[in-house]
Amino acid sequence: MDFLSMIQVLDSTMRLATPLLLACLAGLFSERAGIFDIGLEGKMLAAAFFSAAIAAMTGSVWLGLLAGIAASLVLAGIHGLASITFRGNQLISGVAINFLAAGMTVLIAQSWFSQGGRTPSLMGGGRFNPIELPFAEALSGVPYLGPIYSELISGHTILVYVALAAVPATWWLLYRTRFGLRLRAVGENPAAVDTAGVSVVGLRFAAVAICGVLCGVAGAYLATGLQAGFVKDMTAGRGFIALAALIFAKWRPWYALSACLLFGFLQAIALRYQNIDLWAFTVPVQVMDALPYILTVVILAGFVGKAIPPRAGGEPYVKER
Amino acid sequence: MEKMPAWADAVLVPLISLLLAAILSALVILGIGEDPVAAVKMMVSGSLGSTYGWGYTLYYATNFMFTGLAVSVAFHARMFNIGGEGQAMLGGLGVAVICLYMPWPHWSLALIFATLSSAVFGAAWAFLPAYLQAKRGSHIVITTIMFNFIAAALLNYLLVNVMRPAGAMDPATAKFPEATHLPTLHDMLAPFGIAFSKAAPANVSLLVAMLACVAVYFLIWRTRLGYEIRAFGHSESGAKYAGISPVKITVIAMLISGGLAGMMAINNVMGESERLIMNSTEGAGFIGIAVALMGRSHPLGVFLAAILFGFLYQGGAELALWTSIPRELIVVIQALVILFTGALDNMVRIPLEKLFLMFRKGDA
Repeated sequence: MDFLSMIQVLDSTMRLATPLLLACLAGLFSERAGIFDIGLEGKMLAAAFFSAAIAAMTGSVWLGLLAGIAASLVLAGIHGLASITFRGNQLISGVAINFLAAGMTVLIAQSWFSQGGRTPSLMGGGRFNPIELPFAEALSGVPYLGPIYSELISGHTILVYVALAAVPATWWLLYRTRFGLRLRAVGENPAAVDTAGVSVVGLRFAAVAICGVLCGVAGAYLATGLQAGFVKDMTAGRGFIALAALIFAKWRPWYALSACLLFGFLQAIALRYQNIDLWAFTVPVQVMDALPYILTVVILAGFVGKAIPPRAGGEPYVKER
Repeated sequence: MEKMPAWADAVLVPLISLLLAAILSALVILGIGEDPVAAVKMMVSGSLGSTYGWGYTLYYATNFMFTGLAVSVAFHARMFNIGGEGQAMLGGLGVAVICLYMPWPHWSLALIFATLSSAVFGAAWAFLPAYLQAKRGSHIVITTIMFNFIAAALLNYLLVNVMRPAGAMDPATAKFPEATHLPTLHDMLAPFGIAFSKAAPANVSLLVAMLACVAVYFLIWRTRLGYEIRAFGHSESGAKYAGISPVKITVIAMLISGGLAGMMAINNVMGESERLIMNSTEGAGFIGIAVALMGRSHPLGVFLAAILFGFLYQGGAELALWTSIPRELIVVIQALVILFTGALDNMVRIPLEKLFLMFRKGDA
């Protein structure tokens, strides 16, 4: 692999890692507050559809983004209602949300656009366009550093930079603010938080809402940044890869960044090369597809450091009377 | 004191949930500009109005009985097996291996061994998640989700690179030999003089599925192992105190669950397509979740819920064929049933309990 194709693979890694990273951070907020969320996939899918649909109708990608976030928040609200208010099974609720999104998006797409469950292709202002950082053109001639700056760092859509900025922001919010301390506490020992006079229900709903917003951005990026429009089931398991990345990262923001970059890199490789020749034997493309999941199982098995989830995760909190 | 009689919890809660899901689905149909009453009529006539419709309804129901039982058995041990999809895919591989690489004199022998093989393959796919849950505490939900994706990649690899006959374009195995052809309901009912559609895929594996329902009933409520599974599901610490090994029960319950999911393949792979194709399970592993929740994890409930979902599935296909309502309507209904029966069940149960308490006070 020569230098330029390496830059290209890394560039596509950045783009493919962005939705994973946003969804992974979304899951991080939710699970750190003790609400398991396997509905990341569904929330992203709903956001992808509504952002593309509204962007296609209005021609404004920003309105699309807002619509995507709103759709994701509605699903997050259902999840909150089921798992916080009615103390239902969080995993089953997540499964239901995934199916709800998978079905509703196609149903509404067919009803609105009659194009077999897709939206019209987005053009011009309906998409997030790449941002050229200053001097990218001028510096591209500089050997090595030039292409790295102009190809790899510059020329992404704004949401890629938003996703990257979300990592330190998440870290700061979780580890340097009072809200973050309480949010982490509510996922470990909600009774203690309750005793301190802080609302467990309120905190958990806040976490679920943040999760909804981030999933909304992730879905909008898929449909309006990475691709130009919505197609049926376009998330293609990304919500589950994000979930895998979350476990891989052991529920920590900076590790989430590296896990998502790794999984994005695997996707970029699988996209570019069908089969990889490694010295004597060939690695089939399906191995690359399965690798994130295999790695996650290995991590979960505790052979490479133990992944310990938040202690109160998945358990509804019943206030003492 | 029990707030509500057991029959109300077992019958009323799922029925009201179903009603809520139906009302919301009707609103969805209205929302996309179609007539819900006409849609229901078309679904009923398309799935129950002819032996052709029944044949498809029962064919889908057979799939859902197996996957519904699979999820139910795991539920009894308080485990959530989302891996039915992957286990059923592997079951298909088990059927294909038996049918393709061994000569069979008669379908009945082939069916017995294909059933065993699909169960073994499905159970094997459930083993690792079960073992990791029991021994290393890895969450079974996450590992079974991951195993679904790994199964899809594995089958993709095998069908594209290994099992595809030379020269064939589509990723699928060769057609199974004629001797492994399972009798359809048409073949089975003809000797009794009952005319049944020839084109519908419902076949003898429906009987196997019904047998499996009975077997699961006896296993869960009439054997020592079933008692241990239920005891473990109710209270892990209680079961441990009674000398029941959590590792043993976790692994065995998941093996049974995976085996049942795998057995679905005798219906869709051996009975219908008669070769292993990509994505042969068509999401039946996930519908098993809705079926098990709807049927309260009881084999009789699973049997009825599977037929209900078979009806929905076939009816939905008819709708997609004749109206502009896409097939995905069924996915929405399925989602709503899962949501109301599995996650929002307290929303139905709490008002119902209050109602029963009110009546009881009236009596006193």
